[in-house]
Amino acid sequence: MMAPFYELGRFGDSTGLVIAVLLGIAFGWFLEQGGMGNARKLSGQFYLTDLSVLKLMFSAILTAMLGLFWLSWAGLLDLSRVYVPETFVAPQLVGGLVFGVGFVVGGLCPGTSCVAAATGRRDGFALIAGMLAGVFVFGEAFPVIGGFANSTARGAWTLPQALGLSHGTVVGIIVAAALGAFAGAEWLERRAERPARSTRVGV
Amino acid sequence: MSDLATAAPGQTLGSAVAHVAAEAATVPRTRVRREPAPYSSPYLAGVGVGIVLLLAFVLMGRGLGASGAFSSVVAAAVETAAPTHAAGNAFYTQYLGNGGASPLEDWLVFEIIGVVIGGLASGLLTGRVRWTTEHGPAITSRRRLANAFVGGTVMGIGAKLARGCTSGLGLTGGATLSVGSWLFIIAAFAGAYAAAPLLRKAWR
Repeated sequence: MMAPFYELGRFGDSTGLVIAVLLGIAFGWFLEQGGMGNARKLSGQFYLTDLSVLKLMFSAILTAMLGLFWLSWAGLLDLSRVYVPETFVAPQLVGGLVFGVGFVVGGLCPGTSCVAAATGRRDGFALIAGMLAGVFVFGEAFPVIGGFANSTARGAWTLPQALGLSHGTVVGIIVAAALGAFAGAEWLERRAERPARSTRVGV
Repeated sequence: MSDLATAAPGQTLGSAVAHVAAEAATVPRTRVRREPAPYSSPYLAGVGVGIVLLLAFVLMGRGLGASGAFSSVVAAAVETAAPTHAAGNAFYTQYLGNGGASPLEDWLVFEIIGVVIGGLASGLLTGRVRWTTEHGPAITSRRRLANAFVGGTVMGIGAKLARGCTSGLGLTGGATLSVGSWLFIIAAFAGAYAAAPLLRKAWR
């Protein structure tokens, strides 16, 4: 038994779409359970009062990253058949900065805006409308900015290749960094809670 | 007379009756408006998302995403409104395929439909579905909706420039150790923390 099953032709496109809906349901479920459909909770990340975004995101990355590493090590998964998002250095740095600014203004990200709208939040619907408008603006501007968007292409470039380290070493570094970030997040949340009780000095 | 003795000190009979009546009046309301359950641990929810992401890798050989679904919707709309315009634009054509199947018959579009169903189911079972606008105490709902729209527009441009968002680059690329994804994650947090002080009034 070897994974990934779809890539190796074990089932077709229509089964793939059924799996898409089922995985989406579970994805939306866990995002809502973690409070990611609530923009006020998400915004706590940027003012260091509630770091749920960081905790959820890095717990998810660690889980999937370790799963991929162990399944590949055990010979159950062909890692070369798993899609790695391609690298475009300059547009991803600039796009990331722009995205981060939009995240603070909008308070939700594209995936969590769907959960917010599904649970009745009007701001989720407004953000979805904004996303569609933004994608349209990008599409119309593509003849002009397409050159930059396609620049500094590096293909499916991974951290082990870039750093000249083994897959296992990079996984170990990321696990250690994430555990450090979790400890830091817990400390920041405790610190944010304390002065809020004693001194109530406006904004 | 003994009934009066049970009234709290300093409370007149009249106010006690009014209190009981007020409580009785709120009974049907509390039955409809269930207290929302607290959110679960972000670590546990994150492990759940991670297992879903791993399942996507194992079953499909690809990860989760979100902004790609928005692109398919926009590309389909532009193609319907102005087919020749869409066909002449390299950004739209990558979502349109070569005729035949609708651009909405796309893996990420189906996944996002699932996200809506899953989010709604979780919200209903925990009493967290509310028709409301989430905003900071210093701004109005209207201002918040305008901010959400503008923020969404900025994010849409950023996500398309970077070829992904917090799901497709953040989660999928993070777990597959893509260099560009980690650059995006660092840049996104840097952009957010740089802008946060300017938007303090909108949230705190």
